[in-house]
Amino acid sequence: MTRIFETPLYPYERSADQDAEAPVRHPVIVVGAGPIGLAAAIDLAQQDIPVVVLDDNDKVSFGSRAICFAKRPLEILDRLGCGEAMVEKGVTWNTGKVFFDERKVYEFNLLPEDGHKNPAFINLQQYHFEKFLVDRVFDLQAQGKLIEIRGNSRVTAVDAEDSHVSLTVETPDGPYRIEADWLIACDGAGSPIRAMMGLDFVGRVFEDNFLIADVVMDADFPTERWFWFDPPFNRGQSALLHKQPDGVWRIDLQLGWDIDKEKEKLPENVIPRLKAMLGPDIRFELEWVSIYTFQCRRMEKFRHGRVLFAGDSAHQVSPFGARGANSGLQDTDNLIWKLKLVMGGLAPESLLDTYDMERIHGADENILNSSRSTDFITPKSEMSRIFRNAVLDLSEHHAFARPLVNSGRLSVPCTYDGSPLNGPDCATMPARTRPGSPAPDAPVSGNSNEWLLGKLGNSFQILAIDVETPPSVCVGGICADRVTLSTEDNPALRERYLGEAEGAVYLMRPDQHVAARWDHWNDEAVRRAIETATGRNVSGLAGGLR
Amino acid sequence: MSGLNLDPNLAKADDFYESLLAAHEGLTKAESDAFNARLILVLANHVGDEGVLSQALEAARLSRDETSS
Ligand SMILES: Cc1cc2nc3c(=O)[nH]c(=O)nc-3n(C[C@H](O)[C@H](O)[C@H](O)COP(=O)(O)OP(=O)(O)OC[C@H]3O[C@@H](n4cnc5c(N)ncnc54)[C@H](O)[C@@H]3O)c2cc1C
Repeated sequence: MTRIFETPLYPYERSADQDAEAPVRHPVIVVGAGPIGLAAAIDLAQQDIPVVVLDDNDKVSFGSRAICFAKRPLEILDRLGCGEAMVEKGVTWNTGKVFFDERKVYEFNLLPEDGHKNPAFINLQQYHFEKFLVDRVFDLQAQGKLIEIRGNSRVTAVDAEDSHVSLTVETPDGPYRIEADWLIACDGAGSPIRAMMGLDFVGRVFEDNFLIADVVMDADFPTERWFWFDPPFNRGQSALLHKQPDGVWRIDLQLGWDIDKEKEKLPENVIPRLKAMLGPDIRFELEWVSIYTFQCRRMEKFRHGRVLFAGDSAHQVSPFGARGANSGLQDTDNLIWKLKLVMGGLAPESLLDTYDMERIHGADENILNSSRSTDFITPKSEMSRIFRNAVLDLSEHHAFARPLVNSGRLSVPCTYDGSPLNGPDCATMPARTRPGSPAPDAPVSGNSNEWLLGKLGNSFQILAIDVETPPSVCVGGICADRVTLSTEDNPALRERYLGEAEGAVYLMRPDQHVAARWDHWNDEAVRRAIETATGRNVSGLAGGLR
Repeated sequence: MSGLNLDPNLAKADDFYESLLAAHEGLTKAESDAFNARLILVLANHVGDEGVLSQALEAARLSRDETSS
């Protein structure tokens, strides 16, 4: 049986572009068919923007990579038409246990808030994740959308001009040239595009190595996240055990800095380590073993004229907190609607600079969280180890110390506070739905299993809750249609969107973020907020967030 | 919000000092370091207030240009 990561999904086929006299120009080219490039392409195709994806191989991701996907990305994937299949396949978990030395010091329950369609997290192998995205691409093709993945097509040169970008693509039939009005570079942490354009990627390398193994075993460990600090089977280091679908388990073993990577990877060295961890009687089979060094870094700017960087090409974090793919999906969620408006002449090009501002804000938050987790897991000095161990010892006895234990702060979306796209706020409403925040989900009514986020997204919208409004408002070619809801028998909606207010009017962005809100209808104010949220109010665009 | 109190505040200063030393009695250097770290964390949590804690970090630094109070 060939496994999914061994199966060519989009094998190389010769394209008509290779036989054209002059390089063919496409509206958008995406480089890289990883999770982020695929999400970008699906979003574009859903918006009827033709897109070509170039990837240097023809398969899903190889090796042990992302497993943990958080609620906000799952909501984005719902909008992209593939969230449900992923949740169904994925493993849902809520309980985490923390061990120190030979004992369990405490356990926690994520206690997800009620009234959301999606769970707080699922675990799903990255190769499954990408396969669902590729399936969605094929669905869209079947519906006649102009979306194409070209396998075994490696970009080897890039020329970014003011008016377009031109690329050289290497294929089994030799190279050809192709052009794009806009290029989205989702070519991963080692981004050849970034290197070819001579752009920076600065940050911090953590001097540590982690052995990451995916093992198939028939064990009845519960569906929980287990994290060990300084366990007997990996003295002075940490370890993680986490369940994935199909009886696959993710094991992370911290190895320290001065090791021989090639030697540590050999089965004769890996297997005894795993036996010591899992117990002598557990039978398992190795799916993958890799050794990683982690880094936290980002580009200084994600937009370079007509080239837009998204995902790992733009920023990289250590995996503690599962913020890599999770944040990359938020990049394209933020980017695609802006690009569509700019391409359609409905917004100034400077709207794309707000992609840069908003997502750099997101990347910095992720890098901060991820660095703090890594510093806790890998103490950098004698004193930081003393404090780390003090926190762990106290956590066994006293609740106050548990929030200080940091084995990864799991990914949450950021709020674009201070974004130039934000319009008016209303002080009596809850802070969690202030302008710039991602709309929290809620049931549509007290007794339905329809969800608010299923009604939002892809265009500007007016969310009218217990307030009369016109059915739609249009300004300069952009229309916001109304979604009407009532808080009767719907306490979750009231708590999340009204707070003290009697009723609410929310202007929602196409990425389901709040642009502005009021407690009454004001036609003029809503129009002005649409202009602001589309960057037409140019004077507002100077500087970064806050 | 009241700031960090750097005026004498221990009713029985000598008693406290004695019990602090007594708590370290018989501990190795490593055990004492661990004890101190736990004690700092317990006290910091009790204080809670971010402003007071950052003033405490500053006060403990004994920066030269700071006027003593
Ligand atoms: C051990 C580990 C655990 C992780 N755990 C998590 C987790 O739990 N949750 C999470 O969200 N993230 C996690 N991550 C991070 C996650 O894997 C990445 O953030 C994610 O893969 C980034 O996706 P991407 O599409 O930006 O880049 P990639 O997945 O790297 O995709 C880049 C694509 O570009 C292609 N490409 C490169 N160069 C060229 C070229 N010149 N021409 C054409 N194509 C090219 C590549 O073939 C590849 O398909 C983890 C990572 C590791 C290593």
